[in-house]
Amino acid sequence: MDYLLTEEQVMLRDLCRQITDEKIMPVAAHYDETEEFPWDVVKVMAESDIFGVFIEEKYGGMGGGLLELCIATEEFSRGCAGIALAFSATALGTDPIILFGNEEQKEKYLPSIASGKKLAAFAITEPAAGSDASAMQTTAKKDGDHYILNGTKHFITNGGEAEIYTVVAMTSKDRGARGASVFIVEKGTPGFTFGKKEDKLGIRGSATRELIFTDCRIPKENMIGKEGQGFLIAMRTFDMSRPGIGAQALGIAQGAFEASVKYAKERKQFGKPISSFQGIQFMLADMATQIEAARALVYAAARQIDAGAKSLSKDSAMAKMFASDVAMKVTTDAVQIFGGYGYMKEYPVEKYMRDAKITQIYEGTNQIQRNIIALNLIKEM
Amino acid sequence: MNIIVCIKQVPDTTQVRIDPATNTLIREGVQSIINPFDMYAIEEGVRLKEKFNGKVTVITMGPPQADAALREAISMGCDEGVLVSDRAFAGSDTLATGYTLAMAIRKTKDFDIILCGKQASDGDTAQVGPGIATQLDIPQVTYVKKIEDIKDNHATVERMTEEGFEIIKASLPCLLTVVKEINEPRIPSLKGRMKAKKAEILSWKAIDLDLEEEKLGLKGSPTWVSKIFTPPPRPKGQIFEGDGEDTTTKLVDALKDRLI
Repeated sequence: MDYLLTEEQVMLRDLCRQITDEKIMPVAAHYDETEEFPWDVVKVMAESDIFGVFIEEKYGGMGGGLLELCIATEEFSRGCAGIALAFSATALGTDPIILFGNEEQKEKYLPSIASGKKLAAFAITEPAAGSDASAMQTTAKKDGDHYILNGTKHFITNGGEAEIYTVVAMTSKDRGARGASVFIVEKGTPGFTFGKKEDKLGIRGSATRELIFTDCRIPKENMIGKEGQGFLIAMRTFDMSRPGIGAQALGIAQGAFEASVKYAKERKQFGKPISSFQGIQFMLADMATQIEAARALVYAAARQIDAGAKSLSKDSAMAKMFASDVAMKVTTDAVQIFGGYGYMKEYPVEKYMRDAKITQIYEGTNQIQRNIIALNLIKEM
Repeated sequence: MNIIVCIKQVPDTTQVRIDPATNTLIREGVQSIINPFDMYAIEEGVRLKEKFNGKVTVITMGPPQADAALREAISMGCDEGVLVSDRAFAGSDTLATGYTLAMAIRKTKDFDIILCGKQASDGDTAQVGPGIATQLDIPQVTYVKKIEDIKDNHATVERMTEEGFEIIKASLPCLLTVVKEINEPRIPSLKGRMKAKKAEILSWKAIDLDLEEEKLGLKGSPTWVSKIFTPPPRPKGQIFEGDGEDTTTKLVDALKDRLI
């Protein structure tokens, strides 16, 4: 289907497709197996100007928006959703600076992110604060011109590998949802260390790690927005990033689908390619239709946000929720089409299925997305 | 340093099918690409620029569509593209092509190094690079797998041979044809692609070059193609089994049988 992309967007898509085919596909299984961080692919993405697609030109970026980010994420995820995260989780970590950062912060941090010299990460989740982010325990206590951070963040994507972290911490616990603030913390700051690296079901080419803050002194210039704006910044960040998760899910589904069509045409049973059987044909038809519907929703949400829409929580949640549910369904069916071979690691589809699952969970579980959608539509109608 | 890279646009042979009736390429619907060996020449040219500063000019002789090949080279980091295109060049063989390209290169005036792929994937002659060097009367080194250094007006390069490699020092300006071992061509960046889209491609016709008419196109092409055929596949070898003495006897007998 034609989504009427601009010439630049088509150029971006073709470039990302080339990177995926030539540089990601051949190494996806390797990083899935070893859980090493894909620095060689990150280098190619950086040299290709990809990290700057969603950053303004005056900070060294390409001046694109969320749709550009989604196009790149989708293409990379078609090859490997884990490797794609080095890019898309950097965008998540950068969003608070883009949305709420002041001029000094933007000038200081955005150029090195746009050039791909530094990766970024966003840290809100804690062992006891998942869907209920307000239960977070990490504190930031004011001390003169500094804030002192104490606590542990976990499940942080790009943790340990990124140089720039945007961290949500409680500046006044008694104020509840109005007591959180966001800080930029650079790797190497005294008192900031890394804990356990997770051993995961999927997206194994991505680093997921604990961040530990022990009397970590952060200059007050590193606070993003105002004290107490933490949850607002986090929610706006997720509104911006959720279509990106949708794009990641979309790419995973597309990759699994393409592998399925190819296999169905090659695999012969009862003397014929299995693509000639209706049982397989109907599955392929459903997969293709679901993917197209998800793409239409993700692109529409991204375009709306790029156009400056004010109320975006609902559309953004719909895009994330629908595309990730599609990815789970499509990848499960892909394994089914491959039959016994699909269950084996020698073939690529079981990995797509493992990678798809996380898209239903992170940046708000799909149950939380349904909450957001329902609350907003009740409010609107 | 002024670097010239000569490239050719060819049909993408990974997609090419052969018409079984005529034994010729089916060109319809086949994408055109930069000759794969020329990609290494482009990459090497851009690397030389990054190391020594200067300018990379990419030149191709071909139909107007070859504009796309020049833009792709610019997206990889070349600075300027020259399309040498004229009806008068139609039917050029390797001699006429070498002559025409040499005259175009002469028009650029300043050049230190000319890079070409070792051969084109369609014609496979490997003659145009050496032909250009001969016309310009400059040194040439073919099958270069590494440029070791360029200093004191000389290039020191490793030239691949069947047994290993030779180290050759050539005075500048010189022409090098490169093999795929020399580098790994980069993926053009987004900024490179945008620059290439907007780049102005110079277009030179026969009249723009100081050419002798009888050396051009079909008239200037002494090559005469009598027949194109697919060579028969090499027959399977014979392996003798047994101990040393036994197999030696068998081998000698077999050789005698073949009248050696």
